[in-house]
Amino acid sequence: MADPLAAGPDAVQFRFRDDEPVDHPAVTVDSFLNQSNASAVRIEPGDDARELVPHLEHIRLVEINFPSFTDGRGYSSARILREAGYTGELRAVGDVLVDQLGHMRRCGFDSFEPDHQMNEDDAKAALRTWPEVYQAAADTRAPIWKLRHKEGSHG
Amino acid sequence: MYRYDKYDQAMVDARVAEFRDQARRRLEGKMTEDQFKPLRLQNGLYLQLHAYMLRVAVPYGTLNAQQMHMLADIADKYDRGYGHFTTRQNIQYNWIKLEDTADILADLAKVEMHAIQTSGNCIRNISSDQYAGAAADELIDPRPYAELLRQWSSFHPEFLALPRKFKICVIASETDRAAMKLHDIGIRIVKNDAGEIGAAFYVGGGMGRTPMIAPLIREFVPLDQLITYAEACLRVYNRYGRRDNKFKARIKILVHELGKEEYARQVEEEFAHLLTQDIEPPLAELERIKEYFADPAFEAGASDEIDLSDPDFALWVKNNCHAHKQPGYITATISLKPVGGIPGDASAAQMHLMAELGKEYSFDEMRVTHAQNIVLPHVKKADLYTLWQKLDEAGLGAANLDSIEDIIACPGLDYCSLANARSIPVAQKISERFAGNGKTETLGELKLKISGCINACGHHHAGHIGILGVDKKGLENYQLLLGGCEGEDTSLGKITGPGFTEDGIVDAVDKAADVYLAQRQEGERFLDTYRRIGMDPFKEAIYG
Ligand code: SF4
Repeated sequence: MADPLAAGPDAVQFRFRDDEPVDHPAVTVDSFLNQSNASAVRIEPGDDARELVPHLEHIRLVEINFPSFTDGRGYSSARILREAGYTGELRAVGDVLVDQLGHMRRCGFDSFEPDHQMNEDDAKAALRTWPEVYQAAADTRAPIWKLRHKEGSHG
Repeated sequence: MYRYDKYDQAMVDARVAEFRDQARRRLEGKMTEDQFKPLRLQNGLYLQLHAYMLRVAVPYGTLNAQQMHMLADIADKYDRGYGHFTTRQNIQYNWIKLEDTADILADLAKVEMHAIQTSGNCIRNISSDQYAGAAADELIDPRPYAELLRQWSSFHPEFLALPRKFKICVIASETDRAAMKLHDIGIRIVKNDAGEIGAAFYVGGGMGRTPMIAPLIREFVPLDQLITYAEACLRVYNRYGRRDNKFKARIKILVHELGKEEYARQVEEEFAHLLTQDIEPPLAELERIKEYFADPAFEAGASDEIDLSDPDFALWVKNNCHAHKQPGYITATISLKPVGGIPGDASAAQMHLMAELGKEYSFDEMRVTHAQNIVLPHVKKADLYTLWQKLDEAGLGAANLDSIEDIIACPGLDYCSLANARSIPVAQKISERFAGNGKTETLGELKLKISGCINACGHHHAGHIGILGVDKKGLENYQLLLGGCEGEDTSLGKITGPGFTEDGIVDAVDKAADVYLAQRQEGERFLDTYRRIGMDPFKEAIYG
């Protein structure tokens, strides 16, 4: 894993990937669907992430915008893309706050471009909050029910 | 009942640490109140008129003596010696300091309790039948399914910023004692023609300013797809529920606007997709949970005799006890509705006593009901008289379950910043009026519910008699509703006409009661008479 505190484009505060970041700006879903040579797309809360599914092999960066941290549609958009097999960069952009980081990671986000830089100690602590997780999501963490019923064990 | 394993304990402990850090950052000014608010709400901490209120989860209403003792200790240590049991089968404390909250959560974690997701725009504490595991008429104990859903919904990363709050209820009997169809998702555990157990999903019910009864969305979800189907229901809501208007953001509006067929179709599509994603816990997990809900060690051949020679006791047995599935046992409800009292309030001393009695006479188990009472689910009939005497001595022996004195009331203007009018004094006056004029017992089952504003936390739409506090040119005013019902034949109450003052509403309720007493036919409850004769005779008596 790359050091997430290291570079990416300037505004990206955390990036959990080793590949080269895309160097051109993201286009809207509509313009992407009209001229599909862009490899970076930006999803707004009202967009249907599933419209991108047929084109995932052309996409290297999806930005999901959170105009307000209280609007949780972007969490579903993220999981939908990961469930469809998208492996490119998934970046949370906008009103992204420390206390959402861990949940966003679970939904498949792997880079973060918050409007306001986070305190890095708080961010590191937030990412360590949960010893385990209760449900399956878009990350690789094994849910507690899986740990409880590991093959061969009945306890 | 369910007990935490090391994983559950670690999750709750992590939550306490997380909240302690969030509160620190807030108190140090590193976070704005707007940023902090959703975080504290998801830990049950509300800002009310005079102080913070902390709402503690009692999952599906079940708790043991150790937990009840802790609730009492918290009332003494951090509040004013009282707690308030709520219509969500939870308990609230009304005088809490932000600085103390992390310590309270840590105390709760010591007895396997928490305040996780008891507020905020997330999946709330799961509710259930208060007689679960005891009722003679149930198919199966619904609580293991509720516990499975509790774990799935706790810290669910996708559903922590929903358009609005989300309430789930699970029952497993024909009689609906939990207002299941007035939840965002109501689940009834059913048996299909092949004899298999599964879940019927009702989606899009709710109270609030636009009350709706949830339509049936799917008749049968197999148990090994339960979580996946629930996840599909939530995802469609998270993506398409309205966010432009707080008052149209509940799932009931989405289901209503799309139509139940279209909503169901979208859920099916999402469900088919999610079935490929391997998100369902194995049935072995359900079996693991079920073991915790095995029957207690009932005494075989216990006697069904109850000596009813004491008339006060006989009345309490008639009104407050419910048939148990086990011969020789009965389910007893402790009324938290003493005449002139605050509905649902209990002092620390009363909580300690209920804990002791629950331990001694009910296999260490109690339930909080959505009617704001406490149930001792498994009482041996031979112990019932002794139990009642102890309750009666402590002022907990009111024999008024489901009567006009068993009022559900929200906190209203005494505490709540959204209120238009006070609820508690109206409840107190009504119970005093009917206890005084002696009509309570004659009236029989009559469910009266009061909300201090249109948000309907007191479920006024679902009362046989409902009272809604409104603001009339800056004065507290009360509307009267008749004909609501939360049971199997769920219906919503209708407004009688112009509103009343505080004393006027008490008179109006009295007149409505008199219409019933004059018009009732053999065996009819208030609700049945109202349904038969309609609104007009009541209107005439009240406004005539
Ligand atoms: S119904 Fe209104 S007044 Fe009563 S608790 Fe709810 S929001 Fe407050």
